[in-house]
Amino acid sequence: MYITKNGVKTDKAIVLDDMILTKDMPTTAGSRMLEGYNSLFNATVVDKLTDAGYEIAGKANVGEFAIDVMGETSHFGAVKDDEGNLSLGSAEILKKEKVKAAIQLDVNGAPRRASAVSRLVFVKPTYGTVSRYGTVPVACSGETVGVMAKSANDCLEVLEVISGYDAKDGTSLPADMIEEAGEIKRVAVVTAFDGSIDDGVKADIDAFVKTLEAKGVAVEKIDGAGLLASKTAWNILMSAELCNNVSRYDGVKYGYRTSDYTTIDELYTNSRTEAFGDLLKTAILYGSETLSDENYMKVYDKALRVRRVTVDYFDSLFENYDAVLMPATSKKAYGEADVKDMAYEENLYTAPASITGLPAVVAEGVQLVGKVFSEKALLELVKLCKEGE
Amino acid sequence: MKYETVIGLEVHIELATESKIFCSCSAKFGGEQNDHVCPACAGMPGMLPIVNKRVVDLGMTAGMMLNCHINRTTTFDKKSYYYPDLPNAYQTTQWFAPVAVNGTVEIETSKGKKNVRIKQIHMEEDAGKLVHDDWTNTTLVDFNRTSVPLIEIVSQPDLSSAEEVVAYLERLRSLLRFAKVSDCRMEQGSMRCDVNLSVRPEGSDKLGIRTEMKNMNSISAITRAIEYEVARHIDAIENGTEELVQETRRWDDVKGKSYAMRNKETAGDYRYFPDPNVMPVVIDDEWYDGIKATLPEFPEVKRARYIDQLGLGEYDADQLVESRAFCDCFEEAYAVCGNAKEVANYLISDCMNLLNKKQMTVDMLTLEGKSLGELINLVTEGKVSRPNAKKILAVMFENDINPAEYAEKEGFIVSNDTGKIEKVIAEAIASDPKAVADFKGGKEKALMALFGKCMKELKGNCDPQTLREMLIDAVNKQ
Ligand SMILES: [Zn+2]
Repeated sequence: MYITKNGVKTDKAIVLDDMILTKDMPTTAGSRMLEGYNSLFNATVVDKLTDAGYEIAGKANVGEFAIDVMGETSHFGAVKDDEGNLSLGSAEILKKEKVKAAIQLDVNGAPRRASAVSRLVFVKPTYGTVSRYGTVPVACSGETVGVMAKSANDCLEVLEVISGYDAKDGTSLPADMIEEAGEIKRVAVVTAFDGSIDDGVKADIDAFVKTLEAKGVAVEKIDGAGLLASKTAWNILMSAELCNNVSRYDGVKYGYRTSDYTTIDELYTNSRTEAFGDLLKTAILYGSETLSDENYMKVYDKALRVRRVTVDYFDSLFENYDAVLMPATSKKAYGEADVKDMAYEENLYTAPASITGLPAVVAEGVQLVGKVFSEKALLELVKLCKEGE
Repeated sequence: MKYETVIGLEVHIELATESKIFCSCSAKFGGEQNDHVCPACAGMPGMLPIVNKRVVDLGMTAGMMLNCHINRTTTFDKKSYYYPDLPNAYQTTQWFAPVAVNGTVEIETSKGKKNVRIKQIHMEEDAGKLVHDDWTNTTLVDFNRTSVPLIEIVSQPDLSSAEEVVAYLERLRSLLRFAKVSDCRMEQGSMRCDVNLSVRPEGSDKLGIRTEMKNMNSISAITRAIEYEVARHIDAIENGTEELVQETRRWDDVKGKSYAMRNKETAGDYRYFPDPNVMPVVIDDEWYDGIKATLPEFPEVKRARYIDQLGLGEYDADQLVESRAFCDCFEEAYAVCGNAKEVANYLISDCMNLLNKKQMTVDMLTLEGKSLGELINLVTEGKVSRPNAKKILAVMFENDINPAEYAEKEGFIVSNDTGKIEKVIAEAIASDPKAVADFKGGKEKALMALFGKCMKELKGNCDPQTLREMLIDAVNKQ
């Protein structure tokens, strides 16, 4: 039982990461720019949860605009676990408090990495199945609202509540377009990442393979080298969209405003210089470059083509397999010093599902990526693996 | 040396929709500052754009009116730049797959007819407005106009004089008003125009250096600006008075001069890319055919039909085709009464007077054509007198009434009761023996006094010819 600030006793308490907009709580996106910002409206997922009797227990810290490794770039400071390793606010709350689940915007894989190192379950559903209305926009073509919980069962329960068509989100999929995938019987294990992961992660993958086999799931090793191009392509698309989406924070309408200006250009430049952190500034510069007249065809358009090629590549894998097993992280745990300059590298494992919009589930320290609309089947598979434990 | 002028136009037209392009705020002109604003069009995070289908309808309509090819899959893109009147710091527009491409518009000038090619028509959102407060020396921003839907019509550089530009703009205005795409009112900014102009020696196939004048919003200013720019370019080429550079210039209509704008306001890499939040709009056959079916006859086709088939004079036909509302009303009324000349008269003189009195434009006419036809029938059947018909029309103008019922209720039906008329005539004669005597003595005009008295007594509900005959009869019997 969780007791909310207002004294409500509930076993349906939910935490939101600070990318989900709420009317009666501030939403900061982990940035000084939005410190104290109050939205005029709730995200669709928030209304769906409260309508279904869930209690919003509070908000959890995120890295600035949720693009970092695991919250280390938050203006409000990084979150550590009991061993002093880097963690995400939502993960620590789930481990320590009696909350059911955390709702998170998966922009660049941080919730998946946090779930892997914290041994939690996270589901990133198929793009378009959960409304993004009322989430702070960063990389709209791939970011997805997902659920983190202690069990696959809790993920399933909450995912059911927040899924569904929303007329307020133009990319939301109508019910008649959703065809649920069947049971997962054949899994491909990708070896192309083996060279970049540590022994701990390797051991997790081996253990998971053994469990699958014990449960009668057919497992086969594949190279999967077609997934290696996703990282660079996603970094281009994400940065370009981010650059455009955070341009609205200019110090004019709301959010942080510098006190040091006389002209409109100084108001823009100084507000943004003072309020944005280094990783975000790098992403803005990078994104701005990729969209320039000179680079659009050379860089951005190529990234769009990689997206299509990756979708096709997954399709070819799904002719023989129902899901692909791969790491979610390179490490079993991250020290704060480890992650410096890693945000654009560590997403090597999360970018394939981000760029294609395919569903991914992280559990037992590993990641499963499935066909469109297979998120429930993936969670059922995780449940099956835990049976009899 | 002889020179020729090469002009291409970019015309921005605000669409006649109720709501904005991506949110449900009102798109109407005016209102208190920042009245028509929501989190979406104020650039707050978390709102997602939902395309207003009406905007696509009108974009397609405009494309069809200008003989364009309609792209059956049309997409929206983001154009980035910083300006305080642009709350998202990007404008959603169409860069890669605009709704309509490759059209033509026929214009007519003193040199004859000519086709102007249309490169493309794209849909986009408008920006807000900055308001400078001199008292506090601050600049404030009004987001009412933010995200009001626009189309931009881009012509090929096919125009060669101010006269042609004016003919082209008038033609666009006429066609798009007819198709109810926009009211195209330059004075309210619902039609604005960027003029791209260069000058070259006659016969040369190389284009000269091009300058652009942005946001022109009156026909007379455009004419003056073009004439000034052409003279400036020729002067620069012939006399070397200045070095021509490709640039954006601002036209000052009061001073009658154009000025180079600060480079900063114009230079820019807009970093266009497809908006991932707006799915491609796919126009299927049903949608396409549905819009096609709503297209009006072109104004000149109507005009010819009114003259050749309905027997209207040229003046009347010209007046009617000025406005789609007039044509619609005219055609509905004609279908009811079959009297084209009569309907045209009521519209062109009486309705126009009423509109002027109320300071309304022709497009604001809401008169039901069917009711006008019925009123005309009452007059031609002799049931309502002409002066009373005008009174009824004034009421019909504001309220949707049934003219026959209203005439009955208000006592406007012509009396066929000869007993009553005879009684009124007898009273008039008795009250004014001098007029009777004068008339009999040869003063024709004296009858008018008696006639007026009778008409007043009968409240106008009498056929004037009948009354006149009965009155002469009665006077002569005295
Ligand atoms: Zn709005």
